[in-house]
Amino acid sequence: MTTLTRRRALGVAASAAAGLAAGRALTTSDRAVAAPAHRSTGPDTFDEVYQGRRIQGAPSHTGGHHGHGAHGDGYAVRIDGEELHLMRNADGTWISVINHYEPLATPRAVARAAVRELQGATLVPLAPPLA
Amino acid sequence: MTVRKNQAQLTATEKRRFTDAVLELKRTGRYDEFVTTHNAFIMSDTDNGDRVGHRSPSFLPWHRRFLLQFEQALQAVDPEVALPYWDWTTDRTPRASLWAPDFLGGTGRARDGQVMDGPFARSGNRFTVSVRVDGRDFLRRALGAGGRQLPTRAEVDAVLAMETYDMPPWNSASDGFRNHLEGWRGANLHNRVHVWVGGQMGTGASPNDPVFWLHHAFIDKLWADWQARHPGSPYLPAGGTPNVVDLNDTMRPWNDVTPADMLDHTRHYTYDTAA
Repeated sequence: MTTLTRRRALGVAASAAAGLAAGRALTTSDRAVAAPAHRSTGPDTFDEVYQGRRIQGAPSHTGGHHGHGAHGDGYAVRIDGEELHLMRNADGTWISVINHYEPLATPRAVARAAVRELQGATLVPLAPPLA
Repeated sequence: MTVRKNQAQLTATEKRRFTDAVLELKRTGRYDEFVTTHNAFIMSDTDNGDRVGHRSPSFLPWHRRFLLQFEQALQAVDPEVALPYWDWTTDRTPRASLWAPDFLGGTGRARDGQVMDGPFARSGNRFTVSVRVDGRDFLRRALGAGGRQLPTRAEVDAVLAMETYDMPPWNSASDGFRNHLEGWRGANLHNRVHVWVGGQMGTGASPNDPVFWLHHAFIDKLWADWQARHPGSPYLPAGGTPNVVDLNDTMRPWNDVTPADMLDHTRHYTYDTAA
């Protein structure tokens, strides 16, 4: 029997709490599938708990964040509510500021890779671009 | 004249002077300005928009200028220092002398990826990671994690054989030498090395790891090697390309230097071996 570390205990608590969120997400996702999408291209919305952290992705028509414009090409990803800087490559693959040199197939895969890389660390809020 | 040497050939004194100069730039805050600049460009360079530092033809001249500026900052601390390069086709394991405690220190520990030895370990209190994308303030690495392999000499030679510098659409989807060297297409050279090192090197704030400079010094040398093999192949595009730095356009953030100005590295430094 291993002793629960504080972080692990917090992670378990977060997972339990966010399980509800994941349930809601499933409903949202189903609805998205049932209804015809506005855009035929582009990834679907997701909302799940991955390794104890809530990851969300959704189309974003508001320009995303602090003037970086549509680098996520109209799509935004959050980890525990904090936006992950996302970018779409010309071939349709995705990268983030956490994994900037390794394209992955979907924003969800990028969000999961970022969670693994973060090892529990929090994202630093996106800074405004340099003048 | 500055001579850039293979890191594996440096003497103990050369290694110490290099790491001491890096630590001094870190102490004065100058080092972190380079990290900030790089991260700003990597986050703003996009395939379908303005692109300067990455995923575009100017990837190579931009980084040549960026490294020159860093090297000049090092030389303002110690005039004897030059940027070494890391030939990762040869020194391709975590046991290479590059990663010894008297130089860059080794891989990170399993628990949190923290580098525990060498001059840049957090415990030495001289290299706190302050320009960062997450909450962690210590240098991290995961050298070769997951069984990843560095590019081979044969893979490098295949890319050096490509005659055309770059091609439309001048981004991460391009065919040609630049994009294959950068790694968005094909065997993947430059990008793969960032991923192999792991930690901050995999992020937009990759210059937080001093190996960034040695990696890019080798990428820069491969550009010089390619030029020597293809003397008739020019930098492209030559002019009139939206969102892209043409041969005679100035590059941000300097605004006073063009790719044309950066084509001949021998005006600034030479390498320890002929191209």
